[in-house]
Parts: sequence; structure tokens; C-alpha cells
Amino acid sequence: MTTLVAVLVDGLIYSSWLFIMAIGLTLIYGVMKILNIAHGSLFALGAYTAASLAGHWFEQGYLPMGSYAIMLLAAILVGIVAGPLLERGLLRFMYGRDEIVLVLVTYATFLILEDFIKLVWGVDPYFLYQPYGLLGSFDIGELTYPNYNLLLLAMSVAIGGILAWTLTRTRYGKILIAVIHDREMAASQGVNVSLVYFVTFTLGAMLGALGGALTAPMISVQPGIGAETIVLAFAVVVIGGLGSLPGAALAALLVGIVRAATIHFRPELDLFSIYFVMAAVLIARPKGLFSAQEARKI
Amino acid sequence: MRIDRTIIVLTAAMAALLAFTPFLPNWAMFLFTVSLCYGVVVLGMMLLVRTGLVSFGHGLYYCLGAYAAGTLEPLFGITELAVMIGSAVAVTAIVSAILALLLRKYRDIFFAMLSLAFSMILYGLLVKTSSLGSTDGFNVTVKTLFGLHIADTAYERYLIFALTVLICWTCAVLMHFYLKSHRGRLAEAIRDNELRVEYMGASVANTIHLHYVMSAVLAGLGGALMAVSVGHIDPEMAYWTTSGEFVFITILSGTGSVLAPFLGATIFESIRSFAYEYSPNTWQMALGITMLMVIMFLPGGLWSLFKRASRRVA
Repeated sequence: MTTLVAVLVDGLIYSSWLFIMAIGLTLIYGVMKILNIAHGSLFALGAYTAASLAGHWFEQGYLPMGSYAIMLLAAILVGIVAGPLLERGLLRFMYGRDEIVLVLVTYATFLILEDFIKLVWGVDPYFLYQPYGLLGSFDIGELTYPNYNLLLLAMSVAIGGILAWTLTRTRYGKILIAVIHDREMAASQGVNVSLVYFVTFTLGAMLGALGGALTAPMISVQPGIGAETIVLAFAVVVIGGLGSLPGAALAALLVGIVRAATIHFRPELDLFSIYFVMAAVLIARPKGLFSAQEARKI
Repeated sequence: MRIDRTIIVLTAAMAALLAFTPFLPNWAMFLFTVSLCYGVVVLGMMLLVRTGLVSFGHGLYYCLGAYAAGTLEPLFGITELAVMIGSAVAVTAIVSAILALLLRKYRDIFFAMLSLAFSMILYGLLVKTSSLGSTDGFNVTVKTLFGLHIADTAYERYLIFALTVLICWTCAVLMHFYLKSHRGRLAEAIRDNELRVEYMGASVANTIHLHYVMSAVLAGLGGALMAVSVGHIDPEMAYWTTSGEFVFITILSGTGSVLAPFLGATIFESIRSFAYEYSPNTWQMALGITMLMVIMFLPGGLWSLFKRASRRVA
């Protein structure tokens, strides 16, 4: 019984982490049709920036609770610097090319940013452990969980909720859906498509960085975390159906619980299980769980 | 009869490598070995890209080939080089023939992602297999070549190198003729418009299946040759960044000729060894910038530079 509860709780926590990682990726793909490998670097940038800014905050002996605001600030900072730089400086010249070419472009960006991070922060790991324990902990049966996990869960629900609400209930959301369906038609109706792309990419970048900032207290921030995370995020968005918000949520839950279960029962199959689920879903539903029908072009 | 220029260049390059490499320092022989191993993998990737498919998971076969060759010694006590290479070819051919049944239905990003998932499955299994050294991998031992004892002899390294050169030459020549054959020419037609190819009575699924298996076997060969040349293998060979390197070299080289992959791989490996020496932390950055430049200004890859130059001369 305890194991079952542990699997569910661990799975839920891991799912919310996965969801935060995947949501920016699926948003950018949904609107711009770019499968952004550089999302992994934005994650790493967010983690590094949060680790050094909040680390500095603690060194100065300021109010510990303020570190959460600093982490959030770090994510926003990375988003509004890196997002526009990448979108205006590089990606906008590539619109209209093959999706696979865009994957290669973001892969190149990923390589560049990986070394940029090494140049700025060096190759030694950074630790930002304080925020993880600061909020106290809660017990379920014999198991103790830090409350930080609840923050993670709340963040993922809030982000998902706000995004879903924006998409379905606001003017901007409706414009976004119009652009997703038909970019040219939307432009001919007076929608400023390049502005929509700009805002979407910046928002997506910010979400990637936020994922990194929130993860920083739970891991040691070191080179390679971007590469590790992006393939996990890929698994989630591909399982959910590229560009689908509910799909990403469901896929995150599925992967999270499957992984928690494997870790509890067969720990040696940890990584294997995630990609096994991904392959299995793609085999059963070639375009993921939630995917739009597309017309075949002759 | 007009003699094919590509074949002449290939044969000349093979002869030059076989003749001069013994006189070069060790690091140069190592550089050429690694370039050839990567080159033969990229040769297969080139065929896939010509067919319109980019695989972000060819590390699967690269790694599988290496492990199929390397595990023969711990599992069965076999240390014969020819058997190791044969085992790599057989294993990758069988696995890819099965996976291709699925993969041939996928295109574009979904093809890339599903192949990535398969390679990460292998990676996930290998890092947790402690009998094969988990993330550290293990050492590969070669004792004989066609029954001849070569381990720890003066010519051991050269013989393995010569075998690598011969295998690469054979693969390149066969690929060159294949690309000129009826089915080989279908590749680019499929990339341009599958439906029309079907209307004309050719099978897209069969062609993609065949090309996938061919490219997988080439990747397996590259992995096995790398394993016996370097003498060490680890699961990193199946990680997605390794597959990314193959994609990178394919884009850098271009798909115009069977010479391009080997040229691209040699340039890639040379830059890598010098960058590791002088500036290990900016090497990926240089790669990324080069890749962006190639995508923006040289969509045909480095090979299109040669083509342009030769057209100007002619």
C-alpha cells in the first residue's frame, strides 16, 4: 500500500516537472512548427542563472524566502533576453523552410549555447540546495516529502491553467488559434503574424528557463543537463501529440507514473521505460495521443 | 569505355592511405581511422537523407554494431576480427529489418523522433547493464584476423587500419553503383514526391525499407570498426548527441557524391582533434556556427563547393 502511494506521489511530482519542461516546447511547436532542440539550452540557462543569482542572494544573507522571487526573476530574465535574440536574430530567417531543417537549425543553436554556458559558468557544478528544504515537509504514511514538490505541482497546474484559459477565453488566444490553423489567412485578416511568433517564442523560452530555475534546487547544475532534459521533453510532447496542450499534460502524467513505478519495482529499467512508452505510443498512434488530422498534399 | 571519375578518386585515396599511413605518426593514423569509421556511417545517413529522411537515432546501429562485435569475446570467447565484423553486420541487418517495418510508415519529425526513441531505449538498457560495464563500457580485444595471430604484433594496428580502408572503399564503390541504379535513383524522387512515385508503379515502402536497412548496416560497420580500432566501447555511442553528430556531418558534407561523407568526416574529425587540443570549451560552438552557415549559405553542403569549382573549370 505504501509503495502504491509512493508511486502515485512520486509520479505526480515527476509529472509536474515534466509538464513544465514540455509546455514551452509544445507551445512553440504548436504555433511556429519548430521542434526546438535549443529548449534544452534555455532550460540549462535558466538553471545556471537561477543558481548563481539565488546563490548570491543567500551569500549576502538576505531574507531566504526572497530566493523564490529571485529564481522566478532569473527565468524571466533569460526568457526576455534569449527569446527575442534567437527569434529575431536567427529563426525568423528560417520560416517557411522544412520542419526538419528547422530542427537542424535549433540543434546548431543548442550546440552554440552549450558552449556559451561553459564559457560563462565554467564546467564545475553549481549547487542551490537551500530553496528545496526551506518550505518544510509533509508526511504521507511513513514517507516524507519536502513541500517544494507541492510548489512544483502548483506551478505546473497554474501554468497549464493560465495557458489553457488564455487560448480559449481571450482575444489573444483566439488570434493564436487562427495563426495555428492558417498563417497566411490570419495575416490577410490583419493579424500581425510576426508579432505573434515573437511573443510566442519569447514566452516559450521563458517557460523553458522557468523549468530550469525550478529544477536547479533539486539537482547539481552542471554541463549536460540540457541534453538530458531535452530528450525527456521530446518524449513527452511527442507522446502527447506535437503542439497539443492537453496532450502534453496527459503524456506528462503517463510518463511520470510509469517512471515512478519502474523506479520502485525495477530500478534498472528507469530510462528504458520512458522511451519504451514513447515508442509504444508512436507505434499505436503515429502522431501522438492528441493530434490533428492533416490533409495529404499531392 | 569511360572510366568513372569517382571510382578513380576513391581508389587513388585508398592506395594513398594504405601506402603512406605507415610512415605517418600515430595520431594521424588514428585520425584517419576515426574519420573512416564516421565516414561509413555518414555514407548510410546520406542515402537516408537522399530519400528524404533524417534519423536522429542512427547511434542505435552504430552502438549495436560496436556491441555486437565487442561482446563476442566476453560471451563466447571469440576474438577473430572477421567474425566480429560479420556479427555486427548480421545483428544490425536483422534489427533494422524489423524496426523498418514500423519506421517506414513515418516521415519528417516523427521519423526522427521514433528513431531517437529506439536509440535511447538501447542507451537506457546499456547504462544499467553492469555486466557490460554500465556507463564506463568495456575494452574490446582482437586476437586474430582470418586465423592469423595479430594481437600485440608490430603490424596489428596497420592491419586493422588496412581492413578499415578496404571495407570503406568497398562500401563506397557499391553505394556509388547503387545510387546510379534504377532503385537508387528513386531515392530523390521519393524525397520530392512520394505519391507520384507510387503512381508510376514503384514501391515507396520497399525502397525506404531497403535504404533504412542499408544505412543501418553501414552504421553498424562503422561502429564495429571503431570498436576494434579504438579498443573500447561505451553506451554513449547510442546517446542522441552521437546521432546528432552523424546528422551534422551529413549536412556538412552534402549528399552529392559518395566521396562527400568521407571528406566531411575527415574535416569534422580534424577540427575536433585540434579543437580538443587548443580550446575544448568552444568546439561545439564552432560546430554550431558552421552548421548554421552551411544551412543558410550552402544547402548542398561542402560538396556543392567542389561541384561549383569543377563546373567553372569545365
